This record gives sequence, structure tokens and C-alpha cells, in this order.
Amino acid sequence: MSTAAVRADPKPIVRKKPPPAIRRRRFLVAVANHSLLIATAIAFLLPFVFITLTALMSDDQALSSNLWPHPFVWSNFTDVFTKAPLWRWTLNTMLYSGLATLGLLLSSIPVAYALARLRWRGRNLAFVIVLIALMLPPQVSVVPLYVMWSKLHLIGTLWPLIIPNWLGDAFSIFLLRQFFLTIPEEYLDAARLDGCGEVRILTTVVVRLAKPAIAAVALFSLLYTFNDFFLPLLYTGENPHNWVLSIGLSQFRSLHQVQWNLTMAATLLVMAPVIVIFFLAQKAFVEGVTLTGVKG
Amino acid sequence: MPAIDRRRARRKAVWRRRGLVLLFMSPWLVGFSVFFGYPLVTSIYLSFTHYDLLSSPRWIGLANYRYLFGTDQQIWPAVRNTLWMIAVAVPLQVLFAFGIGLMVSRARRGVGFFRTVFYLPALAPPVAATLGFVYILNPATGPVNVLLGHLGIQGPLWFQSPGWAKPSLVLLAIWGIGNTMIIFLAAILDVPTHLHESAEIDGAGPLQRLRYVTLPSISPVILFAVVLGVIQGLQYFTQGYVAANIASGQASQAADITSTLGYPEGSTLFYPILLYQNGFRYFSMGYAAAMAMVLLVVSLAVTLVIILNSRRWVHYTGSPR
Repeated sequence: MSTAAVRADPKPIVRKKPPPAIRRRRFLVAVANHSLLIATAIAFLLPFVFITLTALMSDDQALSSNLWPHPFVWSNFTDVFTKAPLWRWTLNTMLYSGLATLGLLLSSIPVAYALARLRWRGRNLAFVIVLIALMLPPQVSVVPLYVMWSKLHLIGTLWPLIIPNWLGDAFSIFLLRQFFLTIPEEYLDAARLDGCGEVRILTTVVVRLAKPAIAAVALFSLLYTFNDFFLPLLYTGENPHNWVLSIGLSQFRSLHQVQWNLTMAATLLVMAPVIVIFFLAQKAFVEGVTLTGVKG
Repeated sequence: MPAIDRRRARRKAVWRRRGLVLLFMSPWLVGFSVFFGYPLVTSIYLSFTHYDLLSSPRWIGLANYRYLFGTDQQIWPAVRNTLWMIAVAVPLQVLFAFGIGLMVSRARRGVGFFRTVFYLPALAPPVAATLGFVYILNPATGPVNVLLGHLGIQGPLWFQSPGWAKPSLVLLAIWGIGNTMIIFLAAILDVPTHLHESAEIDGAGPLQRLRYVTLPSISPVILFAVVLGVIQGLQYFTQGYVAANIASGQASQAADITSTLGYPEGSTLFYPILLYQNGFRYFSMGYAAAMAMVLLVVSLAVTLVIILNSRRWVHYTGSPR
């Protein structure tokens, strides 16, 4: 009886409203927090705003110190395509991103499966080596690889960028392996009882269950290749015909002698696909995770 | 007889299994040998040679390393620039990622909105983001200096001045804090509420709780951000290269790329940019390989030092797995 009373007692004390002084202080802290948060958010958005406003200015205005376009020159976004081979660069980027991502998925998925789900001697050692490969700075291997590609007469083409992705990517193997480990063994055993071989299990059961992880890896690869600058510069820098968007954009202003307004319009056009993909994929990710019921 | 049959069948199954593992692992086995093992070994060899891609490599012993550590006039400025960038940008990035993460975690409403706003700049392709910043910070008509002018402040020359070029790159790095901020935000929201409650009952104020509850709880994430920041800082290339290229094009319309590297006055010449210049502009492949080896050793050493040193300040909660 007495213990029950003691236990029941503290509850009302905790639930009681804090004294007015503390409540007022909490309110002021919250106001300060929100003001600072909104100010910082505006500062982070301002570069986008300035880029957009300039992209809509006329040539003369871009030379002035006016901040607001008058009139709005929407044709800048179409003029960009006549000033520079933007379609060519876009096509090259799509070739690089698409082929690299396709190869990366096809080659990394079986490796990740063998590392996660098949039992064999040396498996842990192989996984450790994958982790070490992940840490190597790209500059370390770049000199001999450049020599190799130049001996194969592939400098100036997109192949040195694409081919390595068809032979497994350490980061993707790592991510996929971590996800494959979470798939319940019962699912795989059920498939084995039905007479499936490991290849069938991988191509049907595992790939279907791991859709969200595979989508994430594909998205990372698309973003990485789209943003990549160092390797395209190295291998295609001398051959404008095979430039991707990142290289073309970096040369856009100096090669085509254009004003800031068109440069910013091109900049915005290069930013747009990534931002659109982000908003589309955000939804796809949530759906993917909830549909399969397997949490990464 | 049946026993032999069974043994034969089992052996056959074992071989089929090995074949299967080999089949699944084959992309990586080839990829690892060609794009990791071979270049690493060849880099070590090339670093002891003179090689210009036209004639075959000529063994010159330690000459590349002696030149690197002794004679090369550009190495030390490049090393200094890289160290400056790491020493200034990494702490500021961690500070801003943590501060913004903390503010977002305490927002009463609009958490999703704020998270998106702070994450978006990280999505902007590095070349596009750099181009945007070179424009926004251009001394003559750039919006930032125009706004400062309205306030009666004479804005600096930003990417056009040797003293302000690296701080401008730091601003760009802070703008792209999104990824780190998301990780910090998740870690801050993951701090168990009962820890905060028991600290409050013990009489800890908000600042004390930040210092003794939040910070220790998220220290593994801070370590992660610092290690990643330092590794990326050692490889810092794209933003420095593009900023110098665009800013110098604006000043002189010069098309000669080697004169624009490091613009203005070598203030943005970072170690990887110098490596690129030596290897792929001057085609001193042997010397570039030596620079790459030094970079590899320094990267591994720095990572090791940070991780060993971190045992003093990183707290791992929960039982070891």
C-alpha cells in the first residue's frame, strides 16, 4: 500500500506545467532558434535565387549591377542550346551515366551476393580487400591507368570512364552486401526447396527483395557519374566531341565568350535534372521501403 | 558401390559450388586486378622512373622523390594550400553541419522543409555550384558585392584576390554541407530521451546537456565527418580547378590552361591539381606517380592518426557486437 502510494506520487509532479519564468525562457529560446534557422535557410537559398534571376536577364543587364531582371528574358534558356553543343554534352553524359550504372549493377550484384550469402573459404578476406579498395584515393591509380588506356588508343573516348564500372564497384558491392545480409534465410531456403539454383534465387528472389537497395545504388551511381569532373577531364578533355556536361559547363564561358546571364542559364539547366531526380526518388524510396517490408 | 557414388556426387557438387562462387566473383576479381592491384604496383615502379609516355620508362632511382622534397618550387605552396583548406574548411563544415542539424532538430514545424533547403546545395553538381559562386562573388557586378555596396561596405575581390580565393572556396564548401548535416540530424534525433531527462533531473541546464549528453552521444558521427572531410580535403580538385579556370578567364580571356591553374597567383594550386598538371599537362608520368605515392602514404597516415587519437574523445554506446 505505502509503496504504491510512493510510486504513484511523482507522476503529477513531473506532469505539472513548468513555472511561468521557465516557460517564458523556453518560448524565447524557441523564437531565437526559429529566427536563426530561417535566416540561415534564406542564406542557403540565396545563391539559387541569384543564379535564377541572372539567368533571366538580358545581355546588357547582366553587365549592370541590377539584381532584378527587367524584362524577363526567358529565351536565354533556348539561346544556350544555340551557343554551345548542349545536346551533344547531354547525350554524352547520358551515355556515360547510363552505361556505367547498368554495368555497375550487373557486375556488383552477383559479387555482393557471393560475399553475403554463399559460404566459401576466403570470403572474409575478399570483403576486407573490397573495403581497402574503397579507401584508395583515385589519384593513386590514375597514372598507370592513363598509360594503359593510351596504349589501347581509348584516350578521348568515353570508354575509360564506362568500362571499369562493368567490373564491380567497391562502394556498391559494400552497400548491396550489407542489404543482402538482412534478407531472411527462410526466403532463400524456400526457393531452394522449390528446386531453384543459386543463379535463379539471385535473379528472382534476391533482386526482387533488394529493390530499394538496388534503386539506391543506381541513384548514387547516376549522381556520381553526372557530377564526375576529374576522370572525364582526364580522358576526354582534349576531345570536345566527347565532353560531358560537367566539362562543357566548365569551358562554356571562356570558349563561347558569353555573358553571365547565359552562363547562369546553362548552370541552372545542369542543376535541374539532379534536383528533379531527388524529388522524384525521395517518394520512390519511401514506397520501396514500405512495399517490401525489409528495412535497410 | 552406393558410397562411392555418393562421394562422387558430393565432390561434383563441391566443384559446382566453387565454379558458382568463381562465376559470381569474376567481375570483381578482374576489376580488382586491372583497376586496383595493377595500378598500385605500377605506380610504385613508375615513381622511380622518368617516363613521358613517348619513350619507355627509364629507371632514375630516388631522383623523383629528391626533386619532390627538395627542389620543386611548387610543391610547398601546393601542400600549404591543401593543409590550409583542410584546417579551415573541415572544422567549419563540422561546426555548421552540427549547428544546423541541431537547429533543425529543435524546429517545431517544417522539419522536412528545412532539411530539404539545407540538403539541396549538396545536390548541385560541383562544377555548376562553383560556377554559380564565381558569378555571385564576382567583384564588379556580383550580387554579394552589390548588396554589400548598398550597405556601404566595399566588398573584397573574392576569387580575383590571392588572399580571398581560398576563403571563397570555404564558403562554397559550407554551402554544400547537406550530406553531413543529414547525418548529424539523424544522430541528434537518435540521442535517447531518457539521457536528457535524467540529466535534467540532475539539474543540468540546456548548455550542459549539449556538452555532456548530446556531444558524447554523437561523437562517432563527428569522427566520421572529420575523417571523411580530411580524406576529401586531400583529394580536393574540382572546385579549385574550375574556380581558377573561370575566374582567370574572366580576368584575361586566356585560353592557356596551364597558366590558369592556381589562379590567382597560385593561391588555389592544391596538391592534386599540381599532380594533374605534372602528369597530364607536362606528361611527367614518373614524377606524378611519385606525388601520388606521397599522397597515398599521407592519406593512410592521417586517417590512422585521427582514428587512433579518437579513442580519447569518441564514445561508443551499447554493447560491442
